Amino acid sequence: MSAAVIESPAASGTDDAPRIGLRAHLRHISALARRNVLWIRQDPESMFDVVLMPIVFTLLFVFVFGGAIAGQGNQDEYVNYVVPGLMAMMGMNIAMGVGTGFNQDFQTGVMDRFRSLPISRASVLIAKIAVEIGRLLLATAILLSVGFLLGLSVSNVPGLLAAIGLALVFGSSIMWIFLTMGVVMKNAQAIQGMGFLVLMPLQFGSSIFSPPSTMPGWLRTFTDYNPLSSLADAARGLMNGGQPVAHDIMITLVWSVVITVAMAPVAIHKYRTKT
Amino acid sequence: MTRIDDKPRRKGDGTGRPDAVTVRGLVKHYGETKALDGVDLDVREGTVRGVLGPNGAGKTTLVRILSTLLVPDAGRATVAGFDVVRQPRRLRRVIGLTGQYASVDEKLSGRENLYLIGRLLDLSRRDARTRADELLERFSLTDAAKRPASTYSGGMRRRLDLAASMIGSPTVLFLDEPTTGLDPRTRNEVWNEVERMVGDGVTVLLTTQYMEEAEQLANELTVIDRGKVIANGGIEELKAKVGGRTLRIRPADPLELRPTAAALDEFGLTGPGGSTVDAATGTVLVPILSDEQLTAVVGGLTARGITLAGLSTELPSLDEVFLSLTGHRATGSAGPGDPDDPDGPRDTPAGRSYEEAAV
Ligand SMILES: Nc1ncnc2c1ncn2[C@@H]1O[C@H](COP(=O)(O)OP(=O)(O)OP(=O)(O)O)[C@@H](O)[C@H]1O
Ligand SMILES: [Mg+2]
Repeated sequence: MSAAVIESPAASGTDDAPRIGLRAHLRHISALARRNVLWIRQDPESMFDVVLMPIVFTLLFVFVFGGAIAGQGNQDEYVNYVVPGLMAMMGMNIAMGVGTGFNQDFQTGVMDRFRSLPISRASVLIAKIAVEIGRLLLATAILLSVGFLLGLSVSNVPGLLAAIGLALVFGSSIMWIFLTMGVVMKNAQAIQGMGFLVLMPLQFGSSIFSPPSTMPGWLRTFTDYNPLSSLADAARGLMNGGQPVAHDIMITLVWSVVITVAMAPVAIHKYRTKT
Repeated sequence: MTRIDDKPRRKGDGTGRPDAVTVRGLVKHYGETKALDGVDLDVREGTVRGVLGPNGAGKTTLVRILSTLLVPDAGRATVAGFDVVRQPRRLRRVIGLTGQYASVDEKLSGRENLYLIGRLLDLSRRDARTRADELLERFSLTDAAKRPASTYSGGMRRRLDLAASMIGSPTVLFLDEPTTGLDPRTRNEVWNEVERMVGDGVTVLLTTQYMEEAEQLANELTVIDRGKVIANGGIEELKAKVGGRTLRIRPADPLELRPTAAALDEFGLTGPGGSTVDAATGTVLVPILSDEQLTAVVGGLTARGITLAGLSTELPSLDEVFLSLTGHRATGSAGPGDPDDPDGPRDTPAGRSYEEAAV
């Protein structure tokens, strides 16, 4: 160490230690992710949302609204319509949980300990996101299983995988928004309240549950620009063809990148400077 | 047993600094609140510096700046030779922190808590496990190692917290009110552990609200109030300033109360103010500065044929220390949870207060 002091002045111009190397960084992230996984073992109820949400939502939408939206006896068709939509929705709902969970971490002194350790401060956030992506993947798997039981058909398997990937990418970008809220806002209830306020219009004002062709003009404009519509439409096209997908994929990816690039630094900065 | 202790030690690395911690003109404001208002202090390597102050004095703010959790508004501070603002990454490698609020992960077991910190400090899986077991053993937590920390008592949590701070074999340790809220027996356990760490050569800066704790653990003491240092010096020096201990004498015969007091004043050994008679309890109080004085007082009284039925010494409370240093009582205003301070410390929401109460 003392040799390193002489040899490697940090790039920033001060004589601080160099930034954490990539391998150490990955090691820290996996140690922190392990912590979040151990939580699940200690508190299995925290998986209820991941397990039950896809089941309940699928049954609800297919049987309650399926007939009304798609016409009597057309539930099979509606399954094919709504499951890709729910894939898009799931990412949003799980992302909201990221914010509340992270906020609760701040109510104890654990974050102080992490921030006083020689690890990159981003690693705590990245570990959290990694675990949540895992949870989202599980929720998606359950959603698809229920969908298949209800008659979901997928004509393009690589397309299905691409759709899942796209939903994960978009979902993780939304997680950065909620992570920032988790750091900044005072308590979990506030985040949840705010989250619903934003998510409800975004989710229902989209093509997730019903084709926008039945909506009034002003709402259709909103729906057309809603990234959730793009994601849902892209997933539909990827899984069953029948519509061009390149444009929707493009839009979804651009939104994901823009949100991540804009919000990740904010989340890390807020985390770093939280008093 | 060999300790996994290959962390860089500052000793002998050529900087030749006798001070492990230096603080100069440190300032931190929260809006209108001057949490720190120009604080100076040093901690010599291998010693314990106590920072004594009432609620809201700025103790936690100081510790948070020294452990790089907060950036000061002005002033300078170094720990183990590293600047808190310019060299945070080097600094974090050589410090241990036990914050005011237990920083253990309740949902993990004691062992998992320590293993996690070990991994974050770049120990190999095996070394992290060995180190965790070693510290569990040392802090008498082996039996509870596999239980979630949420099932631990307040004292066990504190010990786990201390163990977690020791994983990286820090050279400088910050302890923020390590025993507040603990019962006397548990407090003693924690004191013993801190003394052992000091025995290992660790430099400690500890904050406290108790004179007793400062006397027990610290070599030197800084008293702060409302962000300002109001006294600084060796424990003995400060005790001399604030009148040290108070000797409470109970003559066997209540009629001897006044003669006893008169005799004590005649000895002239004691501080200004002399002795006072506490008729209600049938005792005489007299400030003493040293064990020699204690012996002399007892000897003198015996020589005059006064039989003693009881004898005890008392340390001044924080309140009395403040009274003698500043002429006013410790206000303790603007402390966390102060109802007059709605924007109070953001880091003490309800969850934490509960934590504190539970500890
Ligand atoms: N995050 C914050 N925002 C606003 N004010 C704060 C914040 N943290 C501390 N303060 C204020 O700064 C002052 C010093 O607080 P600090 O926590 O350092 O005191 P302390 O000596 O540790 O008190 P205690 O013994 O109660 O822990 C107090 O008036 C407090 O209200
Ligand atoms: Mg404090």
